[in-house]
Amino acid sequence: MKAWVESLKSGLPGKDVSPLQFFGKHGISVAFVVCVVVFSLASSKFLSADNFFTVVMQASIIGTIALGVTFVVIGGNLDLSVGSLLSFSTVLVVDLHDKVDPGMAIVLMFLFTLLIGAVNGYLIGYLRLNSLIVTLGMLSAIQGITLVYTGGKNVDIADQENTWFAFFGREELFGIPVPALLFITLGIILQIVLVKTGFGRKIFAIGGNGTAALFSGLRRNRLVFSTYLLSAFTTGCAALILGSRVMGSQNNVGEGYELLVLAGVILGGTSLLGGSGSIVRTIIGVLILALIQNGLLLLGYPYYTQWLVTWGVIIVAVWLDIAAKRGKLLSTY
Amino acid sequence: MSTQVDVKESIGPVSGQKPLLELKNVSKSFPGVKALDGVDLDVRAGEVHALLGENGAGKSTLMKILAGIYQPDTGEVVLEDQRVQMRTPLEARDHGVLLIHQELSLVPDMTVGENVFLGNMPRMAKWFVNNGLLNRRCEGILERLNCKFKPTERLGSLSIANQQMVEIARALVFQPKVVVFDEPTASLTDYEKVVLFGVIRELRESGTAIVYISHRMDEIFELSDRISVLRDGVYQETFDTAQTNEDEVTQRMIGRDLDSDITHEPPELGEKALQVSDLSVEGLYSGVSFDVHIGEVVGFYGLVGAGRTEVMETIFGLRKPDSGEIRINGKQLGINSPSDAIDQGLGLVPESRKEQGLVLGMSCKDNTTLANISTFTKLGWINAAAEKETFEEYRKKLRIKTPGWDYSTQNLSGGNQQKVVIGKWLSTSPKILILDEPTRGIDVGSKSEIHHLIRELAKSGLAVIVVSSEMPEVLTVSDRIIGMYDGRITRCFDRSEVTEDLLIRAITGQVAEAS
Amino acid sequence: MKRIFAIATKQPIWLFVLAITIFFSFSSPYFFDLNNFSNILVQASTIGLIALGMTYVMINGNIDLSVGATVALAASLAVGLQPALGIPGAVCVGLLSGIAIGALNGIIAWKTGVDAFIVTLGAMIGVRGLVFIYTEEQSFYAFDFAYSDFGSSTLFSVPTLALIFIALTILAHLMLKYSVHGRNVFAVGGNRVAAKEAGIRVGPHMLINFILVGFLAALSGILLSTQMGASTPNLGRNYELWAITAVVLGGTRLTGGFGSIIGTFGGVLAIAILRNGMNLLQVPSFYVLIILGSILIIVLIIDKRFAEQQGQGVGA
Repeated sequence: MKAWVESLKSGLPGKDVSPLQFFGKHGISVAFVVCVVVFSLASSKFLSADNFFTVVMQASIIGTIALGVTFVVIGGNLDLSVGSLLSFSTVLVVDLHDKVDPGMAIVLMFLFTLLIGAVNGYLIGYLRLNSLIVTLGMLSAIQGITLVYTGGKNVDIADQENTWFAFFGREELFGIPVPALLFITLGIILQIVLVKTGFGRKIFAIGGNGTAALFSGLRRNRLVFSTYLLSAFTTGCAALILGSRVMGSQNNVGEGYELLVLAGVILGGTSLLGGSGSIVRTIIGVLILALIQNGLLLLGYPYYTQWLVTWGVIIVAVWLDIAAKRGKLLSTY
Repeated sequence: MSTQVDVKESIGPVSGQKPLLELKNVSKSFPGVKALDGVDLDVRAGEVHALLGENGAGKSTLMKILAGIYQPDTGEVVLEDQRVQMRTPLEARDHGVLLIHQELSLVPDMTVGENVFLGNMPRMAKWFVNNGLLNRRCEGILERLNCKFKPTERLGSLSIANQQMVEIARALVFQPKVVVFDEPTASLTDYEKVVLFGVIRELRESGTAIVYISHRMDEIFELSDRISVLRDGVYQETFDTAQTNEDEVTQRMIGRDLDSDITHEPPELGEKALQVSDLSVEGLYSGVSFDVHIGEVVGFYGLVGAGRTEVMETIFGLRKPDSGEIRINGKQLGINSPSDAIDQGLGLVPESRKEQGLVLGMSCKDNTTLANISTFTKLGWINAAAEKETFEEYRKKLRIKTPGWDYSTQNLSGGNQQKVVIGKWLSTSPKILILDEPTRGIDVGSKSEIHHLIRELAKSGLAVIVVSSEMPEVLTVSDRIIGMYDGRITRCFDRSEVTEDLLIRAITGQVAEAS
Repeated sequence: MKRIFAIATKQPIWLFVLAITIFFSFSSPYFFDLNNFSNILVQASTIGLIALGMTYVMINGNIDLSVGATVALAASLAVGLQPALGIPGAVCVGLLSGIAIGALNGIIAWKTGVDAFIVTLGAMIGVRGLVFIYTEEQSFYAFDFAYSDFGSSTLFSVPTLALIFIALTILAHLMLKYSVHGRNVFAVGGNRVAAKEAGIRVGPHMLINFILVGFLAALSGILLSTQMGASTPNLGRNYELWAITAVVLGGTRLTGGFGSIIGTFGGVLAIAILRNGMNLLQVPSFYVLIILGSILIIVLIIDKRFAEQQGQGVGA
């Protein structure tokens, strides 16, 4: 925290630091502040504790998934299967809730979710296949599996009022909605893992230069495999939140989430090439997206307007980041 | 200035004393570094003009200004008595100045002909490629260069030396007045060098001016007509090659005498740390057997492609041998991966420091501890203080020049990057250390430091293997030398019995015995 | 024999196409039928048209994730604007929208230097937003029957749509192989720096390819809507996945610099034949998704083996 403030102070635009460089380093924090300011001016309902929690709630599902995906991306790979996986896991946990008991349902859901993560991890970590295509293919395959499981029908929980399962999506702890708590807690834990543990360091290495990592004795297969287990795990956590909130599920409830997750990770400044990134920045990126969604809704725009805004925001954010690094606004193609 | 007048008046093999290309008082700065400071240079038509200097002397900046990649801050570039500005490589090309890179700018999945005429293909009906014309014109150029391959072959299937020929062919399409060669012999065999030199001489005969940048003294003295020396961005002197020698030129280059003060007492040999018997990998090498004792440095000498690196990669667990045994301290424990090798006390400073040795985006400290992070972690938690300590230890020991432990290795000079890699491997406390081309592309000063270090390591109880394709290096550093050719060990020499001539014969297949 | 083997290893997808054609011919009496083959071609044309453009983009070393959304945009405009502009007018606007999206993607990639993946990811999200805003989440219906008649029309007893697809495939192939722009595609993809230094204007070059794939995606969407006589806001979902799959199945490398239209055509046919065949065998559509996903993975494994054989270096 201190280091961040220091870097903010020393990095202000001035003699040594061009405005471009400032935006590159601190762009997303600036964007965050700008969003807050713009929307609070536009709508009186924006700046309220209630609304704030709504925003974090919205962000919590995409955000939780993004936590695990950040590890995958830092390791130099992609995971586009998380959307379908979310559908699968939510459907599973909701459906099993009534068929077995809630506790067992959760255990089984994580079991199968991690199994799918393991398949991704095996294909990409051990067989070294291209992660874009594999996870795109898995996106399709998992969709199919979900359809097979539900037979095309929606699932829901019969008695929605009297189950402890509601804890994950509908309750509060110390006045804070549980989804937000889960999201932020998991985020803090994973940030620490990323920055302070050997595991995190190794992920940066395999993403930064896989060959050098190999020559240094790092076991790339295992490490990539674990990143996919991690992204499956966080998707499972998100499924807990989603399933608990809605107490029911259509079989394509997660459709499109992989894009928003990726958008959040990209906005947060994690490079898709691997080797750099941070959980905290991913959280900020996801929050910005949620702010946009929330702000637009408060202003009366339909939910799909946020997609248009997200498009612009992603391009501008990455553009500024790249421009800062090369020192020029426009590219020299 | 008087030196220049002297040189111009001397009689040399060059045709015409008037310069074709001149750089006058050229300076170039980058943030924090003055790369060139008032440099003068003149190059004549029909001469080979070598450019010499340590890493960081400014050769590469000078070359990039010639090629239009950079623009000088002050000073001017004069071509055929006219001041020119070359703002892009294309403008330089239009003026007739071409650069043959180290990294070839070719497309491996296109044909030779397409590569030669890249961006410039003869057209049919404005939108289409006239393949017939393209291939015929290409054949003509290839003939001039004495190349045996066809324009329709896929570029990627050619050897590096032949690919370089294609790059030269590409330059010739534009009928250049000046061709700049940047370290062209880095990956060539001795035979291929002969072919390349033939081409360069032919170009010289036809009146092209050639600027030749290289670290290799023997080549420079064989090929060039004049030698210009740069040091720390400042022009030093231009020599007439026929009237100078290596020592004089080296002295000008580094401003001090090279310390060849490495003494060689017969090493105190300990036990056999590494025993390799009959190691083979199909297509790469076969029947490789040798031992390395504690306390000695064994040099592996050979041409690129002889199989030395592949042998080392196998020992280190990166490749699986088809047959053969590897014993460490007498025991044969399977090594299936680099992490096994590290556990067994092996270390490998790899051939390519940027691609295999360092994660460029990471800090110096993080790179240094990469090979044995587990020794710095307790229950997974990294002890950052211990890491910093370790890095400082090696920074002092190896004299690594860097602003700080958290500085990214990307911006370090080649020599310092290599020192970080060596530091990384030393911190694993290896018993056997393999260094593959440890001083490739490194300035003379750092080179000497590393050679001293290698001798010390052996004395302090390690078993050391050095793979090198530079004869002076392998002679300086080794107690024993093993020559390889075409995947086989051809001869083993003890220090006392080796001569340059015997070595050359051993690595070019003229001696077919294994010792 | 050696030549056939060479072709087979160079483009294994055609062996696969042959294999499944034989398989389905024996498994179902309805498969080996001229009518059915026409159907396959028409069904293939939707993804096929997109895949033609995607081939250019991917050989460049880029990717275009926005094609699915463009399909929906063009279809919605071509149907929705018919009352106001008539069929020709509406179709023109639809095609123009594809060109515009492609141009936008290309200009952004050129001028900002942002990677195509991110640029088109953004467009994928945003253009879908445009579609929803324009259609207000409604499906549109073409009231003029001439529109859907076109979708089922034939020329010399071959469906018009299939003919359009084949004609464009041939055109795309010739352009890639023999035109200057086509050869430059390989240069830009194989070694972008070298291409730039050789004087090829990389930015405008890539722009052209993005416009190409945008146009083809729009065309695909419009032709699809002539088959349905309607457009839906969720049209085109996952189409980018299938287009990319077809291109990769056809042998184009993900890293760029290598690929062919013939290969892509094979990939497109493979997917279409599989779908058609499994349909005839009454395999539930859920399983089709799983099977297709698995085939893709197998092809990737094979492709990796081939790639590894080419280079004998050690690396990650």
